[in-house]
Amino acid sequence: MQKIMVCIKRVVDYNVRVRVKPDGSGVMLDGVKMSVNPFDEIALEEALRIKERGTNIEVVAVSIGVADTQQQLRTALAMGADRAILVQTDTPVEPLTAAQTFLAVAKKENPDLIFLGKQAIDDDANQTGQMLAAIWERPQATYASKVEITGGKAAVTREVDAGLETIEVDLPAVITVDLRLNEPRYVKLPDIMKAKKKPLDVTSLDALGISAGQLIKTVKTEPPAQRQKGVMVKDVAELVDVLKKKGLI
Amino acid sequence: MHKVLIIGEHDGKTLNPATPKCVTCAKTIPDAEITIVLFGADTAAVAAQAASVLDVKSVLRVDRAENTQPLAAIFAPQIAALAADYTHLFGPSTSFGKDLMPRVAALLGVPQVSDLMAVEGAYRFRRPIYAGNAIVTVEADPARKLVATVRVASFAAAGGGGSASIDSKTLSVVLPTHTRYVGAKSGSTDRPDLQTAKRVVSGGRALGSAENFKLLFSFADKIGAAVGASRAAVDAGYAPNEMQVGQTGKIISPEIYIAVGISGAIQHLTGIKDARTIVAINKDSEAPIFEVADVGLVGDLFQVVPEFERLVGI
Repeated sequence: MQKIMVCIKRVVDYNVRVRVKPDGSGVMLDGVKMSVNPFDEIALEEALRIKERGTNIEVVAVSIGVADTQQQLRTALAMGADRAILVQTDTPVEPLTAAQTFLAVAKKENPDLIFLGKQAIDDDANQTGQMLAAIWERPQATYASKVEITGGKAAVTREVDAGLETIEVDLPAVITVDLRLNEPRYVKLPDIMKAKKKPLDVTSLDALGISAGQLIKTVKTEPPAQRQKGVMVKDVAELVDVLKKKGLI
Repeated sequence: MHKVLIIGEHDGKTLNPATPKCVTCAKTIPDAEITIVLFGADTAAVAAQAASVLDVKSVLRVDRAENTQPLAAIFAPQIAALAADYTHLFGPSTSFGKDLMPRVAALLGVPQVSDLMAVEGAYRFRRPIYAGNAIVTVEADPARKLVATVRVASFAAAGGGGSASIDSKTLSVVLPTHTRYVGAKSGSTDRPDLQTAKRVVSGGRALGSAENFKLLFSFADKIGAAVGASRAAVDAGYAPNEMQVGQTGKIISPEIYIAVGISGAIQHLTGIKDARTIVAINKDSEAPIFEVADVGLVGDLFQVVPEFERLVGI
């Protein structure tokens, strides 16, 4: 194991309550706090733990996005990534384009492992890791809650609907991570200072030979249907009464 | 005509209820002809079940020893080999479908639409983003194959009584050997399945321990309910991961959802907003769960739940 690539997405912070623009053209993003996608933070943490257990393993954080995405990559460097690459673009990229872009970077970097979050909390698409594995023609282990690397293999325990499932994949491979894989470390101030000196290369989709077309067009954005506010009951007897009248119990 | 291929989910014996829900979604595609494909070692029993789903035209069996376990790296190239005959490829938004379908889409060089919640045209759909805080209407290019996952909580299961043809298909696809199934650990119980149960009782961090979750299990058994949990309860180790309901767990649509000691984070509400009736029991009268609950009771769950269990029997 020599190199681990971690894909990072800049998204609206987990704690922000997203609102739809009145004209239905999208969601309000002006002045909203942006962060590293929480699942990608877990992906990076796992890469760092593997790095710290081994010797001479380089962790490279890669992102695609606007110039300000450098902020999220600096966070990744402060957490412990050795260097970062930003594929800068003002056009939002779809998961397939993101996968093609990460593949172009992977072909230059030749990582043994690529970690990603299982989904980004903005578009909730849950596609990029699987697509990257497909076009890289390598294994995928999605929704990881435990990763064990031995030799040229990874044993990955996956969170699936029925419980937990373990698969073994040959490296290089793509692993997408779930919530309970680890708890990401807090960044300390000295690390933030150190991160400023770490290399952060900026490239473009053009330089990588990627054309970012919008294959899926968003024509309208609406707020979800609201549920009617219900009734409050004063005790269990009244609760049971209400539910029995509705024929629910 | 639109030819829809649904990738059937099963465990070797039983067709997963997510598949008949995909059929309901597929039926809303204008002028749709529906095929279910099954991958497995021996899919005879499951094929009979799939053939009885109403409005399915045909069932394809792809039996092969390598298909014993549902590995995306193994299934995807086989689905890609079948794709030429179809306009639409659908899988369920379960861990099976979410793992598999993007790999299929990428092999075909097409994008995927995740979590279809409504069909507005053969290439126009509605889907949730930002944990359901916004719903987008999207249009895909009719010149390309449409790969999608179906948000199963948005569709009722198609009924039985159908009589689709069943055919076996041999595909000469070279399969990779880089991915191997090792084993599974499931917390299988006699309780109803969380994703299809009509009644669900769910617990949050306020339960305080795995031991205290027994309170919910006892109550759930009394009313024939499945048991779920909030992310906070799962993260705290009170409940196993397969019980998690919410944005990153299971999205469910029971007739009644009883939230016990769950504050109601937006990520949790995403998983339950299709429930017919939501009942909230919480000590904190300001808890956001009360904003979406149809019936709310402010009280100490350790007193309310045993009393609830006692009174429903009367």
